[in-house]
Amino acid sequence: MFLKLESRGEANRNMVYLTPVLAVILTLITGFFLFLAMGHDPFEALYTFFIYPISNSYGISELLVKATPIILCAIGLSMGFRANVWNIGAEGQLTLGAIFGGTVALMFYEQEGWYIIPLMMVAGVVGGALWAAIPAFLKTRFNANEILVSLMLTYVAFQLLSYLVHGPLRDPDGYNFPESRLFSDSAIVPILWEGTRFHVGGLFALLAVVAGWLMISRHLIGFQIRVIGMAPMAASYAGFSEKKLIWFTLLLSGGLAGLAGMFEVSGPVGQLVPSISPGYGFTAIIVAFLGRLHPVGIMMAGLLVALTYLGGESGQITLGLPEAVTGVFQGMLLFYLLASDVLIKYRVVPNFGTAKS
Amino acid sequence: MSSAATETARLKLTGVTKQYPGCLANDDVSLTIMPGEIHALLGENGAGKSTLVKFIYGVVKADKGMMEWNGQQVDVVDPNAARQLGIGMVFQHFSLFDSLTVAENIALGISKELAGPGLEERIEKISEDYGLPLDPHRHVHSLSVGERQRIEIVRCLLQEPKLLIMDEPTSVLTPQEAERLFVTLRRLSAEGVSILYISHKLDEIKALCHAATIMRGGRVTGECIPAEETAKSMAEMMIGTNLKAPERHDDVTLGDVRLKISSLNVPTDDQFGVSLEDISFDVRAGEILGVAGIAGNGQTELMDALSGEALASNNESIWIEGEAVGLTGPGGRRQLGVGFVPEERLGHGAVPDMTLWENAFLSGMKRMNLMSNGFMKIKETVDYAESVIKQFTVKTPDSSHAANSLSGGNLQKFIMGREIMQSPTVMIALQPTWGVDAGAAAFIHQELINLANNGAAVLVISQDLDELFAISTRIAVIAEGRMSVAKNVSDLTVEQIGLMMGGTHDLPDDPHAQPHVEGGVSHVS
Amino acid sequence: MDLFVAIMVNVAAASTPLVFAAMGELVVEKSGVLNLGVEGMMLMGAIAGFAAGYASGSMLIGIIVAGIAGGLLALLFGFLTQHLLANQVATGLALTIFGIGISAMVGHSFVGISLDPIAKGIPFLEDIPVIGKLFFGHDILVYASFVMTALVFYFLYKTRAGLILRAVGTNHDAAHSIGYSVIKIRYMAIVFGGAMAGIGGAYLSMAVNPMWVEEMTAGRGWIALALVVFATWRPGRVLVGAYLFGGISILQLNLQAMGVTIAPQLLAMLPYLVTIAVLVIISRDSGLMKKHAPACLGKIFHASS
Repeated sequence: MFLKLESRGEANRNMVYLTPVLAVILTLITGFFLFLAMGHDPFEALYTFFIYPISNSYGISELLVKATPIILCAIGLSMGFRANVWNIGAEGQLTLGAIFGGTVALMFYEQEGWYIIPLMMVAGVVGGALWAAIPAFLKTRFNANEILVSLMLTYVAFQLLSYLVHGPLRDPDGYNFPESRLFSDSAIVPILWEGTRFHVGGLFALLAVVAGWLMISRHLIGFQIRVIGMAPMAASYAGFSEKKLIWFTLLLSGGLAGLAGMFEVSGPVGQLVPSISPGYGFTAIIVAFLGRLHPVGIMMAGLLVALTYLGGESGQITLGLPEAVTGVFQGMLLFYLLASDVLIKYRVVPNFGTAKS
Repeated sequence: MSSAATETARLKLTGVTKQYPGCLANDDVSLTIMPGEIHALLGENGAGKSTLVKFIYGVVKADKGMMEWNGQQVDVVDPNAARQLGIGMVFQHFSLFDSLTVAENIALGISKELAGPGLEERIEKISEDYGLPLDPHRHVHSLSVGERQRIEIVRCLLQEPKLLIMDEPTSVLTPQEAERLFVTLRRLSAEGVSILYISHKLDEIKALCHAATIMRGGRVTGECIPAEETAKSMAEMMIGTNLKAPERHDDVTLGDVRLKISSLNVPTDDQFGVSLEDISFDVRAGEILGVAGIAGNGQTELMDALSGEALASNNESIWIEGEAVGLTGPGGRRQLGVGFVPEERLGHGAVPDMTLWENAFLSGMKRMNLMSNGFMKIKETVDYAESVIKQFTVKTPDSSHAANSLSGGNLQKFIMGREIMQSPTVMIALQPTWGVDAGAAAFIHQELINLANNGAAVLVISQDLDELFAISTRIAVIAEGRMSVAKNVSDLTVEQIGLMMGGTHDLPDDPHAQPHVEGGVSHVS
Repeated sequence: MDLFVAIMVNVAAASTPLVFAAMGELVVEKSGVLNLGVEGMMLMGAIAGFAAGYASGSMLIGIIVAGIAGGLLALLFGFLTQHLLANQVATGLALTIFGIGISAMVGHSFVGISLDPIAKGIPFLEDIPVIGKLFFGHDILVYASFVMTALVFYFLYKTRAGLILRAVGTNHDAAHSIGYSVIKIRYMAIVFGGAMAGIGGAYLSMAVNPMWVEEMTAGRGWIALALVVFATWRPGRVLVGAYLFGGISILQLNLQAMGVTIAPQLLAMLPYLVTIAVLVIISRDSGLMKKHAPACLGKIFHASS
């Protein structure tokens, strides 16, 4: 090695903001060569992927539609990640939120009332939080690893949803298709932007960003989360309860993921189907890191990553690219971010002289 | 050593320089050690001793400088190369693996060939020859600190070293154990092994070493024959200024009992931990109670139990200001007026990556009224942090800098100040001057004394006997999780404390009785 | 009897990928590194092995290429965590997300193709009555997984290199100070773990179900991670645990086939629920965990020299 890492001592705050930009640039450069290797015109491909989807207002509304669940999930996850609580089962919690919210919608099928949507939202939050309460309980009571438990529960949630739409919640007039009835109008979230699918959920995502920012930077509970993540011993010195914070962060992230799931079925999807989300809950992990676990950063990262979904779709239609390119871009983004993170606490210096011969 | 001039030096360093970011650890350091010589390397924490020996042992690469070994210039690229030359090292923080056996630990630290068949027999033989009893089959986590040190020494001796480096070897030993170690070292010296002995304990250097090199701030500031110096003259070379003993009022009238511990039991579920057994004592307003003991005898556990980080099983076993708090957490105990200074500054007493004002909020949020409706009052917090910085002369531009940007001594002053400015009525500190420079240590000692003089009850747990004798009103000893009865400092000697630290829980009737020997082995020569 | 033997052959097939992946991760974790990217590395191995096996017509080449692919992805993890000091949990997650994406992208053109499965049975021996099929009716990789278990055990507990690896996982600072290259040793463990995960993944796409399906590992990488905890970092127990899980997943399939009236989706939850249950049972004993878990697991090492 001709280069070595030297500790900066104090973290470099400029780098905190510069590294995500660096990661995006490196991802685009790699994407350029990736498309070249796949035999596409890289400029055209990058255009199709990152510019074309948002070149009209409908595209922008779709971006907001996709960013909504991602941001909701990522805000919750980021609180946990800051406290070293690794909930990676947001996808499962989102699914449970969809199931709970959807069940309420079906219970009130063909009824009218302003209260149906709020009831569905509460049910969605409860569903997601309940699913996240399982790893919280098993972690605080039995010390079971929350990473593995929350992930295993995601697979269980998929099976549960599949069971429900194949059985109890299947549309009785649906020719045995594994789908529920289409929700009635009172169970469909109001559209914010006429002529598009952008719905009220977007406002709640924005609310989560603002509330999350206030909480993490100004409120005692945010302070506790930050302390326990950076120095667990200092948290116990200050008398912060680790168990309470595990419960809090898991319930919060589960609840927000559940809300995201409820908005998906009550908004763009409009019914319960075997697959609610194209991996928003997993993508939110990337978004949380890319946004530096900071609510405002997460909002920007959420929009950027939502773009990779749209880009994946447009690449699939126009260039015949496999849909999985989206996942590749998302993975690369996270890799480059983690790699450039080193610059925050260390500086790279040339390694002269006493190198081993 | 009179024939030294005609011999070739065993080790000769010239112009060793090592720059760390923001710190010149070694600045043009030169050092010569003759065969069979016990050479002291003397200096305060942070003087650059550890960096220098790590360079000799090949762990750290220097920026400049030359090393000669028996007259030949050598380049020690790694510890393996050092061992091949015949350099052995006993680390201050042992380089041992808790979950492995003694034999496995030794095998890891020696060459593959040496670690071959018959290793266990050879370990037993060496340890018998040199009076260092060891069972090769035991797991390290079940051994005492003294026994662990023996592993490191035996590991070196197996390689028949020509130079043995010992980094602060007696910091973990009782005075009696230290005496036994010196016997071994003198014998090795007589056999022609050179020893580089790192310490800041002047008395033992006077008793043991043939020559001394003194370092301060990364530079060599003096060389001397310890036998011809006084402890005071060496201390001045080491610290640079005349030392001022802390001022205390011996005529303090003791007030009410503010902290009372009665039959405190804290069992440990950690195989590496120590259980606290039936601890009782009280601390009155106006006094400083010192708790002496060797590392790993329950000090951390006691601190955790007192701070509330580990709760007692019985609420009535800890009382603060007449209130039972055994089941109350740290926050509740702070509300009653207790201040805490834990041993680890970075990561326990302070969050390394947080600003100083956030670290001030960490313990001061309730007592200093720095919150409203759960939200942080940032301006008030910053003001509080700034006043700590000012009153306790913490060297930092302002409170927006991270805790890890401060030197050890400065951060300790900040933490101490943060606690003292909350005007605690009970103050509990573990190793309050561990690893800080002499200036900061003196400052902290004075602050603790002032606090007691102003009517607080102060408890200081420390391994540094000099510190305890300098500031305490009474001293008790903790050993194997049990605590002796506290005695007035004026009625105690270092030797008595040493005996108690070795596990004799209360003073024998005759203080000059036979030394207590650990593990029932009788190899004292 | 025949049914029993057929079931046991299936159990072995379901367990073998877990044995490989978990055995690799065991070595990685013993060196003090937590690589959560097993799922991603298995998928890489699955597609790489399938593609190479399809292109070359040689199963052996397929398996080797799968090991290399898994090892390469692990090398990326090693670079990020060992040289760039990235958080191991986050990097492992990134590895999984990336592995899912890249395997699906590469596998795009292989969807719908099937491969001849790896041949089962040892000639002659499998014809022995009663025990023949039971013990000798498996494919070569099933036996290889047992050999690998023995080798890992021998390496960890009977060789000096294994002792050094365990020492690094116990206390990396001490290992560094007595002269071992912590980073180099961990790199080797990480790459070994990746290769094993790759082979485990390839076993899925070449033997169990010889075709490529996106995300065909279906959480087995995560189950392998749980197995290492379940086995409290001991190779023999990893083997036992893998067969327990293999058994449950086959049981679940057979119950469906036998027409048990429980919905198939509910039965399909079983392996995941059992994983959670065993995690809880093992983890509740914190003393046991502390005693066996490598003390430096997941901690970042940076020599300050």
